[in-house]
Amino acid sequence: MNIIVVGIGKVGYTVAEQLAQEKHDVTIIDTNEEVINDTLQDIDVIGVIGNGAVSKTLLDAGIDECDMLIALTGSDELNILACLLAKKLGADSTIARVRNLEYSNDLKIIKDSLGLTMAVNPEKEAAAEIQRILKFPTARNVTFFGHDQVDILSFVANKSCSLTDKAIKDSFSKLKTQALACAVERNDEVFIPTGDFVVQEHDTLAVLTPTKTAPDFFKQIGYKMQDIKNIMIIGGGKIAMYLADSLSHINVNTTIIEKDLETAKNISDFFPHINVVHGDGTNRSLLLEEGLLEADAFICLTGIDEENIVLSLFAKNASPKIKTITKVNHTLFSEVIKTLDIDSVVYPKFTTADIIMKNVRAKQSGNERNDVQKLTRIINNRVEAVEFEVGADSQLIGKTLTELNIRKNILLGSITRGKDVIIPKGSDALCAGDTVVIVTSTERLLNLDDILE
Amino acid sequence: MNKRMIAYVQGLLMVCEAGLLLLPLITALIYGESTVSAFIFTICLLCVVGLVLIKFKPKDKTIYARDGLVIVALGWIILSLFGALPYYISGEIPRFIDALFETVSGLTTTGASILSEVESMSKSLLFWRNFTNWIGGMGVLVFVMAVLPLSGGGGDLHLMKAEAPGPSVGKLVPKSNKTARILYLIYFALTAACAIFLLIGGLPLFDSITTAFGTAGTGGFSIYNDSFGSASPYCRTVIAVFMALFGINFNIYFLLLIKRFKDAFKSEELWTYIGIIIASVTVITINISNQFSSIGEAFHHASFQVSSLMTSTGFSSTDFNQWPELSRTILIMMMCVGACAGSTGGGFKVSRLILLVKYAAKELRSVSHPRSVKVLKFEGRRVKDETIRGTTAYFIVYVAIFCLSLILISFDKGDTTTNITSVISLLNNMGPNMGDRIVDSASGIISGGPLTNFGPFSNLSKIVFILDMLFGRLEFFPLIVLLTPSRSLRQKLSNRKRL
Repeated sequence: MNIIVVGIGKVGYTVAEQLAQEKHDVTIIDTNEEVINDTLQDIDVIGVIGNGAVSKTLLDAGIDECDMLIALTGSDELNILACLLAKKLGADSTIARVRNLEYSNDLKIIKDSLGLTMAVNPEKEAAAEIQRILKFPTARNVTFFGHDQVDILSFVANKSCSLTDKAIKDSFSKLKTQALACAVERNDEVFIPTGDFVVQEHDTLAVLTPTKTAPDFFKQIGYKMQDIKNIMIIGGGKIAMYLADSLSHINVNTTIIEKDLETAKNISDFFPHINVVHGDGTNRSLLLEEGLLEADAFICLTGIDEENIVLSLFAKNASPKIKTITKVNHTLFSEVIKTLDIDSVVYPKFTTADIIMKNVRAKQSGNERNDVQKLTRIINNRVEAVEFEVGADSQLIGKTLTELNIRKNILLGSITRGKDVIIPKGSDALCAGDTVVIVTSTERLLNLDDILE
Repeated sequence: MNKRMIAYVQGLLMVCEAGLLLLPLITALIYGESTVSAFIFTICLLCVVGLVLIKFKPKDKTIYARDGLVIVALGWIILSLFGALPYYISGEIPRFIDALFETVSGLTTTGASILSEVESMSKSLLFWRNFTNWIGGMGVLVFVMAVLPLSGGGGDLHLMKAEAPGPSVGKLVPKSNKTARILYLIYFALTAACAIFLLIGGLPLFDSITTAFGTAGTGGFSIYNDSFGSASPYCRTVIAVFMALFGINFNIYFLLLIKRFKDAFKSEELWTYIGIIIASVTVITINISNQFSSIGEAFHHASFQVSSLMTSTGFSSTDFNQWPELSRTILIMMMCVGACAGSTGGGFKVSRLILLVKYAAKELRSVSHPRSVKVLKFEGRRVKDETIRGTTAYFIVYVAIFCLSLILISFDKGDTTTNITSVISLLNNMGPNMGDRIVDSASGIISGGPLTNFGPFSNLSKIVFILDMLFGRLEFFPLIVLLTPSRSLRQKLSNRKRL
């Protein structure tokens, strides 16, 4: 497809890179010539220098023959304007990044009246991801599917875990709840495990389980489910705001430490029940004074990656039981960060890229049904988990899974039928209207029928 | 530096050359010539070496800027060495240095020859000789890239930048390999058109195709001894028009193809190019009109020669060495200017000239108005200081290599005009030179002119010429990077000295 990406920041670059890897024709637009030139050296795209919300620039970039425009500049207004213009000039679908909390309530009106295909809000998504992790503190990362009915939880197997040193088929059959191991990472290698696979200590496991029974699952394999009561958040940016918004519905004590007085006042104004502290989050005595040792979770959301990482390391050191969640913007050094003892790391730009890629693939498949519902990459983006809805015309319907000739390296993880979640066995079959979660380490799936040989 | 990747691409290039050699092989089979074995041997050799290199597929396919330059420079040298084998093995060019000169001259689209007699050559070798013109015109790596994506990332752009002529290279479409394909498509279509027009003019099929190759690559190899001196006026007109067409930036054809006519005809470089051609043709026509029977004939020869030398093709319709001094001087200057950037032509390139002239004008203005601010614009866009610096550096390197070559050539027996025009001609991938002295084969004096050849020069001079042609075609920087030892090697050497 012909895709134009306006605004080459961190997210814009990631999106353009992944689109180019998936063999799309990508044109990038940015006002900064240097950014364009640097990007052209690294990825196979074409660049236009100029303001993406000006018709001349868009026409230069070939807007009339473009299938999709993705506006990811730093300014919400500019993104919306670019999409509006693109739509009028002939772009088929448009995606804008809109991240201001104040706009988020009007997003539906904006979307509908301007004909936007989608408005992505990376900060909101990141906040949602953090909240899910808070629900299952033992897990490193949590992904949900099918209207919050299915979760993929990734966690590190430790000594006390009952899965360690056993073959998967033995240990999982003993569980009382449904669960399926869909991917394992060991020493930088990623496997989609078979039944004979033996889990070792320090492996990262991704396990698919129904959301309802997920806490049970952790109990059975020997992890204590600690309840998060006290949360400390460093940095009062947009993610913190969204997070505070969702945390205000559950019964937890939240402290936000923010450097800027005006921002701090603003948060306090929005969320009166939250304990807002004006101060430097990197100040050790301030952290201790505000109760770092009593906190169950410590979330670093400042704008500086290094600061976030060091703060998490410090918190882990001061209070080993604490759950730390670290936001990291740059992905260049993710393989190093992974080795640090800082529990969960959230990369907002991957989350955004995943959402956009999902839309691109859904559009590319051109099929109303069978569409990609959700796309997430788990285990450091090495494995894709894709959710599909089974269309009435799918070739998969009416045969049991053993009869279907499913390709290698593809795992059918779960079937959601109405309110039921099924972890499928060979004798199960698909019906129209089901949603399924497919896990794959190699393929790039556009369509559910692609999983067949 | 990614050495594995460099070796891998060289392997691909060799296999690619083997594939290209199939065409002259087929020609040899059709005409039943004895050169068949020479071609088969070369193809086998290329395949064996190439496949061995391809076998070691690099894990890391990144091509950095320096790698891009090295791949291109090394690739062209290897292609030339192997491309010379058929001439040498078949014995039609008995000395290897001569065969190499002929191949480099072909690939770099120079068209200078060491042969005084081409009509007696076998058809298959004549075909290969002109085919190298065609391959070299658009570039071999661009061809490889069109067939398969190399690095998949931005690295392909480094290759294209290193190989394509002109100061700045942009992609036409987002994907590098699609861009390469479009370029070759335009190139192929124009070549086919040229061949068809020649066929209509009554030229035999073989002559039409080979001549179209020489014209398309703005190469200048002719299959006739007197270039196009005795060709029909119709053929000469067709060739003159197509030479001029191939000297235009291919981006303009692409813009026409996607129906953006307004953008295409806005090009500053295009109008300057056309302007220079019209002005030169007018002056030369008036200047030479008394040598020809009618003003029409004078115009015919003037336009053919201007089109030929401006685009660095080097065909001749008549011995322009006998023309008046004014015309000869204009022609020499045109040789230096060359064609448009992004075309198959050689030379300094019209766009570089425009940039330098504009820059000089700006600097002159700032002498009398020291505080005046003026933004340099080219093709409607602001020119970055970096581009100006790059162009100035290019100019300096150009002059430096010119002087160095001239000094080395002076050891030979040619006269000054011959030497100067020879170096200009080869450095700009032109072909013919001009001379002062009357040709006298007995005295052993080398003299220039479109109908003479480079055969009598000494081996040293030939090596200098070969390097000059490569320098000119690859626009200096790739070859210079290849010849400069890397930092680690320099360090090793200096360490050894210290010990």
